[in-house]
Amino acid sequence: MTEPTPTAKLAAQGILARARWHPLEFVFWIAAFSAIWLLPNKHLILTEIAWLALFALSLDLILGYAGILSLGHAAFFGVGSYAAALLAKHGIITEPVLALVAAGLIAAVVGFATSFLMLRGADLTRLMVSLGVALVLRELANKFSDLTGGADGLQGVTMEPILGRFRFDMFGHNGFAYCLIVLFVLFLAARRLMASPFGLALLSVKGNPLRARAIGINVDARLVTIYTIAAFYAGVAGGLLAQTTAFSSLDVFSFDRSADLLLVLIIGGTGYLYGGLIGAVIFKVMQDYLAVLTPQYWPFWIGLVLVVLVMVGRDRMLRWTEPVRTLANRLDWRAKGQGQAS
Amino acid sequence: MTVALETTNLVKQFGGLTATDNVSIQFEAGARHALIGPNGAGKTTLINLLTGMLKPTSGRIILNGVDITDASPQRRVRLGMVRTFQINQLFPDLTPLETVGLAISERRGDGADFWRVAGTKPGLNQEIADILDRFRLADVMNAKTSILPYGKQRLLEIAVAIACKPKVLLLDEPAAGVPDEERHEILSSIAALPKDVTVVLIEHDMDIVFAFSERISVLVNGGVFTEGPAAEVARDPRVKAVYLGESLDA
Ligand SMILES: Nc1ncnc2c1ncn2[C@@H]1O[C@H](COP(=O)(O)OP(=O)(O)OP(=O)(O)O)[C@@H](O)[C@H]1O
Ligand SMILES: [Mg+2]
Repeated sequence: MTEPTPTAKLAAQGILARARWHPLEFVFWIAAFSAIWLLPNKHLILTEIAWLALFALSLDLILGYAGILSLGHAAFFGVGSYAAALLAKHGIITEPVLALVAAGLIAAVVGFATSFLMLRGADLTRLMVSLGVALVLRELANKFSDLTGGADGLQGVTMEPILGRFRFDMFGHNGFAYCLIVLFVLFLAARRLMASPFGLALLSVKGNPLRARAIGINVDARLVTIYTIAAFYAGVAGGLLAQTTAFSSLDVFSFDRSADLLLVLIIGGTGYLYGGLIGAVIFKVMQDYLAVLTPQYWPFWIGLVLVVLVMVGRDRMLRWTEPVRTLANRLDWRAKGQGQAS
Repeated sequence: MTVALETTNLVKQFGGLTATDNVSIQFEAGARHALIGPNGAGKTTLINLLTGMLKPTSGRIILNGVDITDASPQRRVRLGMVRTFQINQLFPDLTPLETVGLAISERRGDGADFWRVAGTKPGLNQEIADILDRFRLADVMNAKTSILPYGKQRLLEIAVAIACKPKVLLLDEPAAGVPDEERHEILSSIAALPKDVTVVLIEHDMDIVFAFSERISVLVNGGVFTEGPAAEVARDPRVKAVYLGESLDA
């Protein structure tokens, strides 16, 4: 092979931009994992944050990377939740990690089957279809109460230890570590996915489906694939909820849950994978704090935040983070021993 | 001579308007074929039909002997027919580097590869770089497409199509709105295409048309008004009248 040209060398660097880790990302994950040791009395709420973050990440995969707006993402969360609870209750798969994978796969099957409904039509059509799917699943869970426990929820679930060793303790210590590790692993996978040609193709479909088709991209196939993957993620998130609470009830399918999820993602921002994670932290902390302060006014506050976010704009509200980001960028360049290359 | 692309009795109606009127046209393999006609003559509509972005009301489309009338747009691309757009159709959030890389990956069949980090396939970066160099996009390769100046975007519009290595290339007014310096780059890159590539060019600038084409088809009101070798069409007084009529109308 001949020596690559200067442009080719620059191209080789530039195309890895999306795969490269930013220093703030390390900070984020070190902070998250240190909570295992630093915040032992907060593990119950941190557990909720972890599965909510995964759930929001799942929505980000379709909204932020493929432009699919959904108001029924709880459908897959719910399927995963019931699947995990039922697998444990009936002793079908007792080891939680395996059961969690199975729950995700079952949700993925439902996601694949319903993805075809999401291919046609504009945003509003998709919104209604996704909403409808969640409602139908909720009604089905209600109807088959012999299996699901109906309105009373699925009682009598006992969880075996994780990997046969780590019990779900009542303080949520192991539960949190478990959720966080699952979140981290699935985050890494999503990150990898989005830095691949497949991820670029998704962004191209989101940005301009007409041109995507014109360069030979099978737009529908890409959308079906990402929708199925997102359903897997949502199913795992639901599974985590069921496993850490040893319970599942109809509200896993609820409209509120889908709507809250959209809110979480709006708070955190879409299309950079961390939005759902950051949004989940802010959402839960706010909920926790405000709910204690004035329980009946929670919807008021969340509504206010939403309006302010949309009116003022997230960018402007996050301006205070700019010095931090600038500093991080500078450290980043120094570490790589390069100036602003291009 | 082999025919690369042909239509038979192609019709497209938008409600009461016949945008493509019984068009039977042949593009020979390796041809340099210009498609001209006044505004609203149906040139872009014909390209939309050929590439599958619109479904014809009736008629057939044959690409290298294969009936592609009902084929999906992406299948036609895989069969070697690629187009550019009269109005830029780009990916705002991607960089030129990523855009060209994506087109090449897709052509190589690696586009659905979701485990390999983009750009780690051997030879890919060199191929991307060659195209970026050719279209003078190397200096902006890492900028978001949405913030590029129009001229650069136009170059990228053409570069993406070339990256697909088409056998049949349909260019819809590639130099439209481009300042003279960059216009030259676009035209020379089209002139530099391999001889076996069939090129169909829609263009209003007659200097470009006559410099480029061996054969010209004139569309008027959706139908083929006349067709022939470039020199003959250039001399045809009726063609002049059509254009004159248009400029008087406008
Ligand atoms: N999607 C559509 N729906 C309805 N009418 C359309 C549509 N697309 C094109 N037309 C009409 O079809 C006719 C042909 O349009 P077309 O864009 O193909 O012309 P053109 O030859 O490309 O013109 P120009 O030189 O201005 O680009 C026009 O009258 C146009 O208004
Ligand atoms: Mg046109």
